[in-house]
Amino acid sequence: MTIAFDAMPPLHAPRKLKMATVSLAGCFGCHMSFLDIDERLLKLLDRVEFDRSPLTDIKSISRCDIGFVEGGLCNAENVQVLREFRANCKTLVAVGACATNGGLPAQRNQLDIGRILRDVYCTQTSSGANQIPNDPELPLPLNQVHPIHEVVHVDYFLPGCPPSADAIWTFFNDLIAGRTPHLGHGLMRYD
Amino acid sequence: MPQIETEQASSSSSESLQRVIAAYAASPFALVQILREAQLLRGWLPREVLAEIARALGLTSAHVQGVAGFYRFFHTRPVGAYRLLFSNNITDRMLGNEALMRDLCRRLGITRGKVRADGRVSVTTASCTGMCDQGPALLVNHQYIVTRLNPGRIEHIAALIEAQVPPSQWPPEWSRVDDQIRLTDVKLGTQPSPGEALAAAIARGRQGMLDDLKRSKLRGRGGAGYATATKWQLCRDSPGDAHYVVCNADEGEPGTFKDRVLLTSYADGVIEGMTIGAWVVGARHGLIYLRGEYRYLLEHLQRVLQRRREHKLLGAAIHGQADFDFDIEIHIGAGSYVCGEESALIESLEGKRGTPRIRPPFPVQRGYLGQPTTVNNVETFSAVTHIAMHGGEWWSKIGTPQSTGTKIHSISGDCERPGIYEYPFGTRIGRILEDCGARDTQAVQVGGPSGVCLSAFEFNRRVGFEDVPTAGAFMVFDRSRDMFTVARNFAHFFAHESCGFCTPCRVGTKLVVRRMEKLQRGDGSAADVQVLFELDKLMHGTTHCGLGAAACNPLRDTISKFRPAYERHLKSLHFVPGFDLDAELSQARLVTGRDDSGAHLENME
Repeated sequence: MTIAFDAMPPLHAPRKLKMATVSLAGCFGCHMSFLDIDERLLKLLDRVEFDRSPLTDIKSISRCDIGFVEGGLCNAENVQVLREFRANCKTLVAVGACATNGGLPAQRNQLDIGRILRDVYCTQTSSGANQIPNDPELPLPLNQVHPIHEVVHVDYFLPGCPPSADAIWTFFNDLIAGRTPHLGHGLMRYD
Repeated sequence: MPQIETEQASSSSSESLQRVIAAYAASPFALVQILREAQLLRGWLPREVLAEIARALGLTSAHVQGVAGFYRFFHTRPVGAYRLLFSNNITDRMLGNEALMRDLCRRLGITRGKVRADGRVSVTTASCTGMCDQGPALLVNHQYIVTRLNPGRIEHIAALIEAQVPPSQWPPEWSRVDDQIRLTDVKLGTQPSPGEALAAAIARGRQGMLDDLKRSKLRGRGGAGYATATKWQLCRDSPGDAHYVVCNADEGEPGTFKDRVLLTSYADGVIEGMTIGAWVVGARHGLIYLRGEYRYLLEHLQRVLQRRREHKLLGAAIHGQADFDFDIEIHIGAGSYVCGEESALIESLEGKRGTPRIRPPFPVQRGYLGQPTTVNNVETFSAVTHIAMHGGEWWSKIGTPQSTGTKIHSISGDCERPGIYEYPFGTRIGRILEDCGARDTQAVQVGGPSGVCLSAFEFNRRVGFEDVPTAGAFMVFDRSRDMFTVARNFAHFFAHESCGFCTPCRVGTKLVVRRMEKLQRGDGSAADVQVLFELDKLMHGTTHCGLGAAACNPLRDTISKFRPAYERHLKSLHFVPGFDLDAELSQARLVTGRDDSGAHLENME
């Protein structure tokens, strides 16, 4: 007896992967570039379900397969969110220049953050109460801006400022299909 | 070549500078030599001096500054009347150089790397100065060697500096450099009298000598093991206006000091080998690239050259051969490991930054000044002399089929009798360890940091291109040593010596150091070890030259053979940051006056 495999429906449709995205000390440019995959987003949604993300407005993360992190770490909240991402994501991807190297926000690393705060809030020209905000609701800035790999283990880096939509598409397609992502010449760029 | 060497800073320094420039006929190709001698005038190279040199040589200021900025022994800022460099090879470390340097810094009231306020002295480290068997070693003003440092000498040195006694008047026994030849074979044994081997070579004729060299199957002693006869033939057959023979005496691989001994006590044999090379390839000019750390050998080598000129073994019509004119110049390096790579060495000879060239064309086609050039190791030339004496057939019977002849090893580290040992190729590592009195050995680094690290289970392997190739370093580590510390020292060495030309090496070596330092601080995890592995893979595939590719060799060897030494440094099972996260909020806490729970970050371990 032969069985016509072709005629049989798959026993299990592949499980949708759960993916979370966040922008830490970034400009949301990487997320905008992500949206630039345009109609391919629909194809992606066949394979992926979004957890915490600006796209869903879900505020807390649960167990995920893939974490997409834009931006570096400039304050205490960034660190806590990153740690939650690491604790919940099997695969964590640093997306863009800021997550990878600190990027533009890290330009303040040459200066003393205490002095910056005083200069901004406590000088003649500054507006307001002439006092550095100290509401416990506000996250405190770190002395230095750090790339995320200095605080948690990062599985993959997707450089670019921002990475192009094609680079993001190729990268996550590889990842979802189970291939080690490989951006060839042209897609791999740092600007 | 005239050598103008004066230590006094005089008001007529411009005049002295002009004399230096004139001594080298204002040749842009002599830039490195001119900079070296110009620096002697004031102890450093002020901008206006560089500008004057640029004008005189017809170069741009940017070019001259670029060259001056490349070499470790050139200073574009004052470094003090006394520049003290502690050799920082792992063998110096094992002999306690760190404590000695701290002690000296304390006595002089300075911090490492900074010039004292009165501008008199600065202290820092340098890569291996080639005194591993008689360290810890010190290099003073890039010219004076102090071997066998001990607390007594450090105390005395500090007093001499305070009393402003010039290094040339320090106790002469301090700069005693011993050959420490422990075991000799054909190369270090009976020497032919000067000219004897050359006469034998000339008697065979140019082609006959080359054929004999082919029969000997001699391979280069610098590490790569290229067939010497093939190199010479390719050089000879390359068309050019002139051919050059270059002796690579830039013995920079940490733990190697055999060339120092050959140049000290067997210089005639080396120079005779160069002369035979010139006879074979048809060269009229030869160059010895002497590493800056061996500057103290210059006068000795000049005397040997002069004596050979007087005996008509150099100069015009050597040995009465009307068509055989050959003479040798000595070029002194300025503290750059990468210049040991032959194309970087040629760049340096031409007065440029020591950046390796893209090959092909190979130096045998277009080398020094674009002309066919053969660059050979000191020991290779020494071997040629003996082959000329006794014949290629004789040489080929020594050693193994693919590695003929003998190899000189520079043995240092944990053994009773460090020094120079000559063995035929094919000698077992274990045998060498027994001979040098090594006990309880856990590892041997053969061929220096870019070579191979062997663990005890490999001591039956044999030295030779078939199994364990080597450029001559043999550093022994007993079981009391932490192999992670050894690898960390080598990582610092490569980061220090990267020429900076290509990103994978310039940045990669730094990333390795940072990761090793993270482990050292106790902030490491298995993830960090994995990153080191990946960096090794990346650098092996992407660096511009072989030195960058080899930079991770000690890392890879020690991780695979001494992994527990790394794991001992791991604090956490999970990745942890290499810094105190809570302290990262200190400035903001200070200016906001906050101390609530939100104003702190837990350091998770």
